[in-house]
Amino acid sequence: MRLRFNSDRLLAILFITPSIIAVLIFVYGFIGWTSLASLLKWDNIARIPGLKCCPLEGSLLPQVPQADPLLNNYIRLLTTDQRFQTDLRNTVVFTLCFIVACLAMGLILAILLDQKIKGEGIFRGIYLFPMAVSFIVTGVVWRWLLNPGNQSGAVGVNLLFEKLGLPFLKSAWYTNPDVWFISPSSTVGTFLGNIGLDFLTTAKFGIPLAILSVVLAATWQMSGYTMALYLAGLRGIPEELREAARVDGANELQIYRHIIMPLLQPITLSAVIILGHISLKIFDLVSAMTGPGPAFATDVPAYYMFDTVFRGNHFARGAAIAIILLLSVAVLVVPYLINSIRTEVHQ
Amino acid sequence: MNTRPRPKFKFRPARIATYAVLIAAAIFYLLPVYILLATSLKSYAEVNLATMWSLPGGIHLDSFLQAWNGDPSKGTLGLSNNFMNSIKLAIPATLLSAMLGSLNGYVLSKWKFRGANIVFPALLFGMFIPYQSVLIPLVQTMQGWGQMIKPWLETVIAWQAPVYLGWLKWLITTYTPAYGTIGGLVLIHVIYGIPITTLIFRNYYAEIPDELVEAGKIDGAGFTGIYRYILFPISMPAFVVVIIWQFQSVWNEFLFATVITNKAEVQPITVALNNLAGSFIVEWNVQMAGALMAALPTLLIFIVLGRYFMRGLLAGSLKG
Repeated sequence: MRLRFNSDRLLAILFITPSIIAVLIFVYGFIGWTSLASLLKWDNIARIPGLKCCPLEGSLLPQVPQADPLLNNYIRLLTTDQRFQTDLRNTVVFTLCFIVACLAMGLILAILLDQKIKGEGIFRGIYLFPMAVSFIVTGVVWRWLLNPGNQSGAVGVNLLFEKLGLPFLKSAWYTNPDVWFISPSSTVGTFLGNIGLDFLTTAKFGIPLAILSVVLAATWQMSGYTMALYLAGLRGIPEELREAARVDGANELQIYRHIIMPLLQPITLSAVIILGHISLKIFDLVSAMTGPGPAFATDVPAYYMFDTVFRGNHFARGAAIAIILLLSVAVLVVPYLINSIRTEVHQ
Repeated sequence: MNTRPRPKFKFRPARIATYAVLIAAAIFYLLPVYILLATSLKSYAEVNLATMWSLPGGIHLDSFLQAWNGDPSKGTLGLSNNFMNSIKLAIPATLLSAMLGSLNGYVLSKWKFRGANIVFPALLFGMFIPYQSVLIPLVQTMQGWGQMIKPWLETVIAWQAPVYLGWLKWLITTYTPAYGTIGGLVLIHVIYGIPITTLIFRNYYAEIPDELVEAGKIDGAGFTGIYRYILFPISMPAFVVVIIWQFQSVWNEFLFATVITNKAEVQPITVALNNLAGSFIVEWNVQMAGALMAALPTLLIFIVLGRYFMRGLLAGSLKG
């Protein structure tokens, strides 16, 4: 009997081993490989003529990559690479706007849907269905919706605004090259200059308007998800709590402010982490909707990595970008992962 | 859940405002759907950017057919082939993922071994990584492997298979995992799907009382017996959730597909659609029809099985 259980135990381990090995190689091994590549000087593979996308074909390490001064790729990216620095600005702007928009939209819709709404299921379905669609589809459709049009006439949303008699809402959308930043001559700008923070008054720390169009499309796709999370959270709050507050004389607004909002905080946290890691990795949407945009206004690190590796053959630089991406996602996700597993163990 | 009393608004205006906001939001979400459907259903005569918001005069499938079949006069390929590629890719990848996830979840919940507490989070981390961080080695490995098996594959391609063995030749050439084959993409999706599928199954099996497994052991069932006769038969809900989840992520995936499949004949629909949208010779109505085509399968699943879709979202709420 004992022997029998031991052989079963062995069988169990045997069954999971292929998965463990696959993940060890394809996740951890490959991350290690990419980290190594990011330390090399490796962009000297000749482009293969006639190949549009994948210059790697048939060129498995044709030349031995050379060692580079330590962390040189990273240093170059972070100090002199204008495109990467623009990308960092774009990612920060995109992530902040995207998270705030999704949280606000999701919370408002969830609270409204929680008010005994007729046809709640239909509304829920309408808000959530974009989740089922590919970012590529979203990108293609929004590219036409937010197409600024040309001299011969407006199209898409601009045309709609025109027809609704709201022409002042028309915009250049993702083709807008403008960057909002604090003007050095403004009051705030002068103040920042006086305290030695004048670097904040440059376009490097501004908001590229074009990327807000991508935020709009991404919010269209993902805000239903935050709505679903919040709605599940609201439904999990016992009615007795609200009743008790009502007995104590609280009005609906106070109940939301002092009872429900604090109880929804864990949901906000996990939504921030999930949306944050999606937005740091965003690639498909940018690729289908805008590409790098005017003056790289909608470029993001994930897109730059793809571009520089598969169109430019700068493998080492691409690897360094990938590792920076990985680290930024890890900073967000690892504490959350550790925490959720620890609470599970305690239960 | 729906029976408990909820706060009642005393003011009618507040009620009306609530519905107004909900409906306005619904219009925002449906706007792209309207434009997709309206454009795809217009005839060529009606297709005009200046009237893109007006309703189609009738149901025409002109744009749809052109997106599906391509336009030989412009040398554009249709999406029909890519649509089939996506099906050939998504179905096996989904089923294999689900099987593997189920077995892993079973081991990690009912046969906890020493070190399982490290293995599980280590697996989970794999679903958060930006895939850019594995992309270069992945392409190199798949190409290297492709070079190694090339002679063998070429032999199969050259093989004059008798009619009754045609399916075998097709199976080998399509599903041999390598750079540039659908099989290569299947392999990649199965491997990078391990974390999420394992998570969903492990959480599902963790809810099933251990006594059931113990009872099985007393009755003489071993590792495989317990799975086969006790856990697998009650796993259907988890399978449905995982299958829906995996199918939609594989169907919608773009990054792996675009670097692993270099030829139009093997590209899934997301890659083909992206190429279509980037092409200046393809009209916008054809692009819209293509987008609708790429969206339809997952949309249908969402409409029919939305309940399970939701459950997958919330169950695996670790992943977005």
